[in-house]
Amino acid sequence: MSRRVSVDVAIIGGGLVGSSAALAMRKAGLSVTLLDKGHCGAQASGVNFGGVRRQGRPPEQLPLSQRSHRIWPQLKAIIGIDAEYVRSGHLKLARTEKDFAKLEAYAETTRDYGLGLELVAGAALTERYPWLSAKAVGASLCPEDGHANPRLVAPAFARAAERAGVTVLEQTPVREVTATGNGFVILAGDGIEIRCRQLVNSAGAWSDRFAAQFGEVVPLTRIYPSMVVTEPLPLCLPVSMGEQGGSFYGRQVARGNYVMGGGRGLPLGDPDYSRPSVTAASSVMQRAIALFPHLAHAQVIRFWSGTEAEMPDGNPVIGPSETTSGLFHAFGFCGAGFQTAPAVGEVLAELVTEGRSTTPIDAFSIGRFRKVAVETAALL
Amino acid sequence: MSMHAQFRRRYRLDETPVPFTLNGVLETGRRGDTVLTAILSVSGRLRQSEFTGEDRAGFCLIGACQDCYVMLANGSRVRACSTALLPGMAFITDLDAMAGAAHE
Amino acid sequence: MSEPLQPVIVGAGPAGIRAAERLVRAGLRPIVLDEGQRAGGQIYRRPLIEDGRSYRSRYGSEAGKAQRLHETFEALLPEIDYQPETLVWNISAPKRGNQLDILSSGVHRQIGFSQLILCTGATDRVLPFPGWTTPGVYTLGASQTVLKAQGCTIGDRVVFMGSGPLLYLVAWQYMKAGARVEAVLDTAPVTSKRHLLSLAVHAPRIVALGLFYGLQLQLAGVRIRCGVRPEAVLGKGQVEGLRFRRRTLKGDVVETIACDALAYGFALRPETQLADLAGCRFRFNERDRVWLPERDTMGRTSRPDVYVAGDGSGIAGADAAEISGELAAAALLQDMGQRSADTTRLMEARDAILRQRDILERAFPFPDDWIETVPDETMLCRCEEITIAEGRRAIANGSVTEINRLKALSRVGMGRCQGRMCSAAAAELLSAACGTSAGAVGRLRAQAPVKPIPLGFGASAGTETRS
Repeated sequence: MSRRVSVDVAIIGGGLVGSSAALAMRKAGLSVTLLDKGHCGAQASGVNFGGVRRQGRPPEQLPLSQRSHRIWPQLKAIIGIDAEYVRSGHLKLARTEKDFAKLEAYAETTRDYGLGLELVAGAALTERYPWLSAKAVGASLCPEDGHANPRLVAPAFARAAERAGVTVLEQTPVREVTATGNGFVILAGDGIEIRCRQLVNSAGAWSDRFAAQFGEVVPLTRIYPSMVVTEPLPLCLPVSMGEQGGSFYGRQVARGNYVMGGGRGLPLGDPDYSRPSVTAASSVMQRAIALFPHLAHAQVIRFWSGTEAEMPDGNPVIGPSETTSGLFHAFGFCGAGFQTAPAVGEVLAELVTEGRSTTPIDAFSIGRFRKVAVETAALL
Repeated sequence: MSMHAQFRRRYRLDETPVPFTLNGVLETGRRGDTVLTAILSVSGRLRQSEFTGEDRAGFCLIGACQDCYVMLANGSRVRACSTALLPGMAFITDLDAMAGAAHE
Repeated sequence: MSEPLQPVIVGAGPAGIRAAERLVRAGLRPIVLDEGQRAGGQIYRRPLIEDGRSYRSRYGSEAGKAQRLHETFEALLPEIDYQPETLVWNISAPKRGNQLDILSSGVHRQIGFSQLILCTGATDRVLPFPGWTTPGVYTLGASQTVLKAQGCTIGDRVVFMGSGPLLYLVAWQYMKAGARVEAVLDTAPVTSKRHLLSLAVHAPRIVALGLFYGLQLQLAGVRIRCGVRPEAVLGKGQVEGLRFRRRTLKGDVVETIACDALAYGFALRPETQLADLAGCRFRFNERDRVWLPERDTMGRTSRPDVYVAGDGSGIAGADAAEISGELAAAALLQDMGQRSADTTRLMEARDAILRQRDILERAFPFPDDWIETVPDETMLCRCEEITIAEGRRAIANGSVTEINRLKALSRVGMGRCQGRMCSAAAAELLSAACGTSAGAVGRLRAQAPVKPIPLGFGASAGTETRS
């Protein structure tokens, strides 16, 4: 069955970035089609840890992160659900004095960004967090960081966008996309042709394919989280936790399950799919037992993994294409895009409507990889 | 609070008694009992559910439904339908007591 | 270097035991991993200790088969590496080595396999209705297991409800054991029983036994009703009775029966999580409304070196399981290049049983209108305590058309049992909402660990790796 659509903006990829961008653009008065090869929010946006965390981000991400920080408490008004968002605080542990020094240095570097970090060390740590074993030297608390349910947020953004008038086409893979000079033609799904003036590439781990079609080769690699969840347990862990070095992170959801991760999963034969790694899961489980003695008798009921995109410098790509007018990229969030995504959606709407972002995004320009791409090409 | 026995023994009636405690009260099972049989032969529940607090007493009895987890006094839990009763086991099937034990 | 890998059989029921027997006969020494304390599986389950009952008393008409199977296994013990009370909770993905994660006495181990025969069996297929989580409500299989293996009845005054030949058998066994059977409530319409006439031609023994149980129950004054739909379990915290509706020529009649326990179920559903983790391709089976690993007539799956047998490869009962276990082992031997004995007769015998199953399914049909009549406040997922209303709301609000999406948005199937007890209902609920067939909503993906494992397993001092 063939179908023709003509819109202002087409968005490839219905993750949290694409879904929130669709909603923001529709609110700005644009006609929008949102495309996803599967279900909106079923990839990285849906399988991530659920940390809504600013602490630990490089300073260049903090303006964006702060912008998102103001959006998260308004989810109920924006998308109809709070998605279990809580400002629980994010406690980042240091196992060694050296790690604690890094936390201190981070607090110093980011002092002007308004994270409100509190450093806790020595006896004060166990006094304040009695459920924590003494195996940490110190910690840094970001009191207003928190967590939310990743399975719910992106789908709710997509549904809100749909209610606002966005055409959401799920299970509709993009087969071909071409620039016409004053816009784009997309062939998708089963004979759907979409013409648009502007195009957003927010296809997550699949974004490099689309960028390459417009001559922009990016060093995107895939990463696979390795997650573990326990049965529901009595509420005890009031904060979302991380560790300097990133080998363990964990939170307890309102229903009582401990959601924990660390290490990496493994891709399957088809690298679109992955499996949690038993080695990574075991190490997360051992660390959990060491940190939280109250979990000694807990049972793990499920592992999971997913597919995320990573860039070599740890920063995403956000901004206009350097080769093609009307094309905008937003991908490569390195497993840490959940918190910033709602702001990225707003930024994309600004880029599309006004051609500029009110939040600094220069550090995320796709052009920073131009040199790398040229060098790689020369090597080949 | 259901204090009736859910199960009714039909065989092994004269088998060697195996003492255990249920919420601190001394009870007697039989050699060859699973934990589930021992408890449900003197009581009507194994646990209370996490979200509604309703009583549960197992369901599939072959280790598939995971409904019959019972807490021991040390805070650990066993799947009652697939665990053999041992003398001296101490079970807690009361939610408040369970929460207390979990925090010990 | 390490020892050469051996074939591994998961499950020591009828299929697993016959598979092991065939491999041993060919000179192999398989590893047999079983969750049970004693081999035999569920249908021929043995008590923890002998309780004075004869095979006849415990297994009734199936006593001879049970005894032969148990004796076969005892004789195999010196020839196999048997590991009881061992949970296989994960299988390495295809092309990532042939490795199992197993848990035994709280200790995690990884073991390799040269080939794998999955004989993972089945559990009761259940559907929710008001009060199904009340203590005293059990699956039909549970009520039989506890009598066989523990010598107990699930109550004093018991109602049996559902669809399937097991319904009448268990009710009769309970009566013989001294319980008071308050009623046998068949959810199939009485007209469906006409199919038993054609079954009588192919399998007179099954029909004769069924008639015998039914007649004896009736002679004892047990109420037998057909065309039943339950309305609610009466009683809070314990079963005090059951209210149900039944279709009669004069319209629906509502009745109430006092009882202290209820056993119910609608035939069985296969345990396929390990085949799923092994990466086997699946196909929807319209008759049983369930996804099954694709297999050839011998039990080969889409993954080389992985075979399936028994009810875990498709519900066909214990006799067929014995045959399919032997066939899967024969396939394994063929694939190793061994000339094996002719399997034609085995396949013919299995096919005859499968034809009987087709008729049985018509005589004891699945109540496909069930889910539409279940009230909103009924619990859909007993682990996560998600109601039918919440399931319906998630479907509507999220425009859900796929079952894993329903799980992600509503938590149905996300709890300790991984959907074993609710996935049939969730698929029915979703397909009814979408107006599609149960197969069109997809398959609930299995995730490791397939059953809960202790968080502390990785820290056990005894953790060892061998491959």
